[in-house]
Amino acid sequence: MAVDRSIIGLSSEATVNEVERGAIRKFAEAIGDPSPVYARGDVAPPTFPTTFRTKLPGVDLDPKRILHGGEEFAYERPIRGGDRITVVRRIADVYEREGKVGHMTFYIFESEGTDEQGQLVYKSRSTVIYR
Amino acid sequence: MFYNELKPGDAVPALVKEPIQKVQLIKYAGASGDYNLIHTDVETARSVGLPDVIAHGMLSMAFLGQFLSELAGAEGVKRLKVKFAAMVHLQDVITCKGTVKQVTPADGNRAVVTLDVWAENQKGEQVTAGEAEVYLPGH
Repeated sequence: MAVDRSIIGLSSEATVNEVERGAIRKFAEAIGDPSPVYARGDVAPPTFPTTFRTKLPGVDLDPKRILHGGEEFAYERPIRGGDRITVVRRIADVYEREGKVGHMTFYIFESEGTDEQGQLVYKSRSTVIYR
Repeated sequence: MFYNELKPGDAVPALVKEPIQKVQLIKYAGASGDYNLIHTDVETARSVGLPDVIAHGMLSMAFLGQFLSELAGAEGVKRLKVKFAAMVHLQDVITCKGTVKQVTPADGNRAVVTLDVWAENQKGEQVTAGEAEVYLPGH
């Protein structure tokens, strides 16, 4: 089935994520990171933006067929407990490849998180492989 | 750790994690909001041909995040980029490692240290690998 490349460039709605100290603590506990900075919820671990779940238009994938290919986070400043981060996610690219496990579709999603002053906090980029 | 003490090719201190347990995957699913059942439900895992549940790729990336924040402090991590190369199974022991690629002096007596980083299992296979940048102070 040919992939629908018309979804490239579509964005999510801007979603506001309140960074709760308790959510930081639980995330660090799940990782097994004992740092007191995280236990207090002062600063969020580097991969914390993965908790900001943002629905994208035109993308409805069966989780059982998803492989996570790669991920990148680039920070302008750390995320801190009490931040309100506005996240916009965008479909940066969609393409098809034939791989050793057969036909695969690659989705590249990019996100930007900004703070209440409108300053960029981080950018992220995900590669999702759909079998 | 100070940037003046590092040069390209140097290894930085490794981080050895506890063996992967099912309860950790359940905690991580809840904490991250990734409820893909292949990480927590054995029936779902088997239905896609896996012998048992597998860890979230993002969990091994989070281990690398811990490794970097132990190196540079929680506020010292500038960038982390990885590819997920292999699956992480229950009981796997993941070790995070890194070597210095480049040291670039920045403003305010600190430098951006670029590292090759990876997480490997007990067989020495890289499961998650990529590149990172951290800020380290000088002395």
